[in-house]
Amino acid sequence: MDNIDDHIPPLTLAGLEPLVVTPESNFINIGERTNVTGSRRFARLILENKYEEALDVALNQVRGGAQILDVNMDEGMLDGKEAMVKFLHLVASEPEIARIPVMIDSSKWEIIEAGLQCLQGKGVVNSISLKEGEEPFLDQARKIKMYGAATVVMAFDEHGQADTFERRIEICERSYKMLVGEVGFASQDIIFDPNVFPVATGIPEHNNYAVDFFRAAEWIKENLPGAKVSGGVSNVSFSFRGNNVVREAMHSAFLYHGIKAGMDMGIVNAGMIEVYDEIPKDLLERVEDVLLNRREDATERLIDFAERVKGSGKTKVVNDTWREGTVEERLSHALIKGIVDYIEADTEEARQKYDKPLHVIEGPLMDGMNTVGDLFGSGKMFLPQVVKSARVMKKAVAYLVPYLEAGKSDQNSSKGKILLATVKGDVHDIGKNIVGVVLGCNNYDIVDLGVMVPAHKILERAEAENADIIGLSGLITPSLDEMVYVAEEMEKRDLKTPLLIGGATTSRIHTAVKIAPKYSGSVSHVLDASKSVPVATHLLSSEADDYIERIKKEYESLAKNHLAGRGEKQHISYEDARLNGDPVDWSGYVPPEPNVKGIEVLRDFPISQIRDYIDWTPFFSTWMMKGKYPEILTDRVVGNEAKELFKDANDLLDEIVEKNLLRANAVIGIFPANSDGDEVIVESNETSATFQFLRQQAKKRKETPNLSLADFIAPKASGKADFIGGFAVTAGIGIEELIANFEKDHDEYHVILTKAVADRLAEAFAELMHEKVRKEYWGYNVNESFDNEDLIKEKYQGIRPAPGYPACPDHTEKDKLFKILNVTENTGITLTESYAMYPAASVSGFYFSHPRSRYFGLGKIYEDQVEDYAKRKEMSKEEVERWLAPVLGYK
Amino acid sequence: MDVRSIVDNRILVLDGAMGTMIQRYGLSETDFRNEALKDHPHDLKGNNDLLSVTRPDIIREIHSVYFEAGADIAETNTFSGTAIAQADYGLAADEWVYKINYESAKIAREVADDFTRREPSKPRFVAGSIGPTNRTASLSPDVNDPGFRAITFAELRNAYKLQAEALLDGSVDLLLVETVFDTLNAKAALNAIELIKTERGIDPPVMVSGTITDASGRTLSGQTAEAFLISVSHVNPFSVGLNCALGAEQLKPYLQTISNKTEFYVSAHPNAGLPNEFGEYDQTPEEMAGEIDGYLKEGLVNVVGGCCGTTPEHIKAISELVKNYNPRKARHVIETV
Repeated sequence: MDNIDDHIPPLTLAGLEPLVVTPESNFINIGERTNVTGSRRFARLILENKYEEALDVALNQVRGGAQILDVNMDEGMLDGKEAMVKFLHLVASEPEIARIPVMIDSSKWEIIEAGLQCLQGKGVVNSISLKEGEEPFLDQARKIKMYGAATVVMAFDEHGQADTFERRIEICERSYKMLVGEVGFASQDIIFDPNVFPVATGIPEHNNYAVDFFRAAEWIKENLPGAKVSGGVSNVSFSFRGNNVVREAMHSAFLYHGIKAGMDMGIVNAGMIEVYDEIPKDLLERVEDVLLNRREDATERLIDFAERVKGSGKTKVVNDTWREGTVEERLSHALIKGIVDYIEADTEEARQKYDKPLHVIEGPLMDGMNTVGDLFGSGKMFLPQVVKSARVMKKAVAYLVPYLEAGKSDQNSSKGKILLATVKGDVHDIGKNIVGVVLGCNNYDIVDLGVMVPAHKILERAEAENADIIGLSGLITPSLDEMVYVAEEMEKRDLKTPLLIGGATTSRIHTAVKIAPKYSGSVSHVLDASKSVPVATHLLSSEADDYIERIKKEYESLAKNHLAGRGEKQHISYEDARLNGDPVDWSGYVPPEPNVKGIEVLRDFPISQIRDYIDWTPFFSTWMMKGKYPEILTDRVVGNEAKELFKDANDLLDEIVEKNLLRANAVIGIFPANSDGDEVIVESNETSATFQFLRQQAKKRKETPNLSLADFIAPKASGKADFIGGFAVTAGIGIEELIANFEKDHDEYHVILTKAVADRLAEAFAELMHEKVRKEYWGYNVNESFDNEDLIKEKYQGIRPAPGYPACPDHTEKDKLFKILNVTENTGITLTESYAMYPAASVSGFYFSHPRSRYFGLGKIYEDQVEDYAKRKEMSKEEVERWLAPVLGYK
Repeated sequence: MDVRSIVDNRILVLDGAMGTMIQRYGLSETDFRNEALKDHPHDLKGNNDLLSVTRPDIIREIHSVYFEAGADIAETNTFSGTAIAQADYGLAADEWVYKINYESAKIAREVADDFTRREPSKPRFVAGSIGPTNRTASLSPDVNDPGFRAITFAELRNAYKLQAEALLDGSVDLLLVETVFDTLNAKAALNAIELIKTERGIDPPVMVSGTITDASGRTLSGQTAEAFLISVSHVNPFSVGLNCALGAEQLKPYLQTISNKTEFYVSAHPNAGLPNEFGEYDQTPEEMAGEIDGYLKEGLVNVVGGCCGTTPEHIKAISELVKNYNPRKARHVIETV
């Protein structure tokens, strides 16, 4: 073998300068931060078009010792190809970065190819594999060869990712033979990634993952002359997220053995490696037991050990033995682990030990919460854990309150007082509550005014409480206007209090363009709960002025760019858009006759049936846990937390079902209807209504229609008698009581859990009712048979768009829907002045049955349509513009 | 006769500057026009490549003089023969680009064949010259907008493809991608040639020659000589080398790098020294040959010739010189640490 290797030249790569990889070379470090999937900061900078700053990320990688720069732009919100090209152009202009070779990292070939066309040096493609079969693999390899790059080859084939030694070598050998034999790819330009997977996961099948990797590396180096071996090292330690001592030891031990086995390079976070020789012997032994799968109980032993080195390093608390620690240690442990069982006893013990009850809060309790805040801030704890920690804290503080009053030493130890409110007209508060908890955990005093809070009440209370920060939240689009109004009122009152804006429909750009200019004080958009802490910290720090000034400038330039960039969108006149509606052929169409005409009401529908229809994926994202259900339950990173959260949710559901704690009501109706232009006219003996729809005005490619929901209802002129349906469902009747019970118990975790579960139930109920409508009430698809997954993917015929959402963004149409269905009387759902539904766990919308009916986003609309729409709705143009502000394409 | 069959036997001599020779004729605008270009709206004087169409007699004569001086390989008169470079003269249309390259190749071919017939022991070859164009794919022309590019890889590749196809149709023996000041441009040219190789099922020898702009030791686009070498090696070129910008003496350290690091043949065609304050090259043939003697003593090159400011006299001196030396031996790649 040595002889063959002698003839194979080294792998040579180049940026502006060469990188030659010889058998004697040290391990090659691949910089990983310029990766939108791996670095949140980098992703944000790219999404916000801050390429200059993104370039600094690359520069820091180079200065930190990266020898190859991995660039990845695979992000759904991005035009990955454009971003790749733009970033690589800028990299080329920065000699200090361009010095090193680039690794173009994408799962999309078109992005890889666009990247290759930007590299004057010899880079690396990351990656290709046999995943999609031989043809694309060969074709891509040939092109890579022509462009002059090396390539990473994943141990992945038509059957999936290799997870055993045998599969790894089988795929690598097959890939190698094809590359060298059929493509003529230089063997030294082939870099295998034989898949680094996490070990010590508790799943026995995973125990040999590291060993298999090492063996595969060794095998590749022995049997596939010239080929290199690479891997993503940090994967191996995913089970120990949050415990850097163990992770760092695992990384360096993995590298130590990996390099011995022949690993040439890898994606490594240079800050996350311990020097092999400096790993304490007892830790190293346990880590290597795991990596090398040396004993049955290796995982348990390392976990036990990890518990010990995680804390201060001195405490001897393992499993339940944490009860043996000092009272401070026990409090800290309880807070971090979210254990309420002993909190009152421990708090009492601390109270007796400390001079004053307040010192217990300021001392051990705050210390514990600070740790929680830090862990969460650095991504080492997840939201459900944090909320549980908050519950423990609240309980401890509640226990101390009577003593505090008695001691009357009431100086405030908090970092500042933050007032939170969901604005007038809006009832959604899960996000706001989470922000409250997270800020509370970080030692801010929270005054939560609840939902539907009018501006004057917010401001009066802010003044009375002398709040340091005001935070506004809202979910529906009219809330955006209400926030603008609050900002204007703050200006009128000459307030200086910083204003935070958050909630699902809010955005940085809206804040910068619409809200910030109204208020001379500071206005910041807060993307999610995790961002609330740094923003609040900045605003109340000694350098607050600098921060405020910076945000102001940032928003001003954002607003300026936004204004400069608008009006560019190509659109057509409303008249032309109407002529380009969906080409439905009505002549041969027979509209399905409903089995039920008019209204059907279902009260107290069994929750036990509804829960089977729950789509759990959004439930997890409410808790800021990204990933698809059910895969998220076994996710390497959040799997354990997800499982626990899922169990808590189902326990709660069990209780709800058993004790009948929530009630679900629904009303549906199917009415004779025809369209006339973009109106749908409902006309029957019992009722009548005219629904107004909007039409897309973007300039479309040839033969792509400008859609309006009205297109899916037979026009009057067709002579066909068609139908439209409407529905409103809620699963939130009785929720106030349930929540009040949890609040009494200071259990914010269950408050949020209840609301999130109720939201899911409402959506599930809508799904269930829609199915009933298709199969029974309307009965146009009697024989359909889909499982829940298919329902979630909307595989069925027909749609149920909701007023206020992308296809029909006008919330005010809910009013008519509520009238013809008599929703409030039939279900108990009410509408606020902003047309939000209360209880928040409610859904309403239309039913369309035509096979061509489909969901779409309206996009921007223009003045001609707005004028027409205002006329149709008998509203002033200004009022229409107010309700439709988010979709206006003009100023 | 394939150039690959004799390159191991002796050092091959590339011809000298085309522009310097054309200057000697003192041409005017009319020399750059023919019947078809009578009313062409652009000035054409200075579009030397076009002379292959309008004054083939001159180009023919220049090739003859260089072969006479002892050159083994003539470069076609097509340094600016891409649609991108010809756009400056309003001649970017495919038919003009094709004609310029095809005619240039044909003229050189005929002269070379003539010489080979007369002197079969010293076969003459034609290298299709492919210049860098006047655009850069990895540099922004606008200092305020470093992300901007005046040309894309795909545009370059298309332009180079047409040029290379026309040169091959005109029966060149080799292709010479030269004066590479931006390696990404060269990679586009090489990519085009790879496509042609696949499409036509041919494998012409390809020479690649970079340009180190100054004592920084880097190309205009910032690469070191070794990085440049690595970046063009994927096409298995016949030779890799350096030309232009520097005289033989100044070029030597970078040539040493290339020669040490590559298993391909090595070429050099330096300028006749550095230009004087009038922008003229005044290094004599003897002086230049003296510097090149240094290359030969160290066994650095397999192909050697001249770039800007070199004349048939320089080439004659060089071709006399190389007879005394053995060609560079392809060596094992020496690994960097």
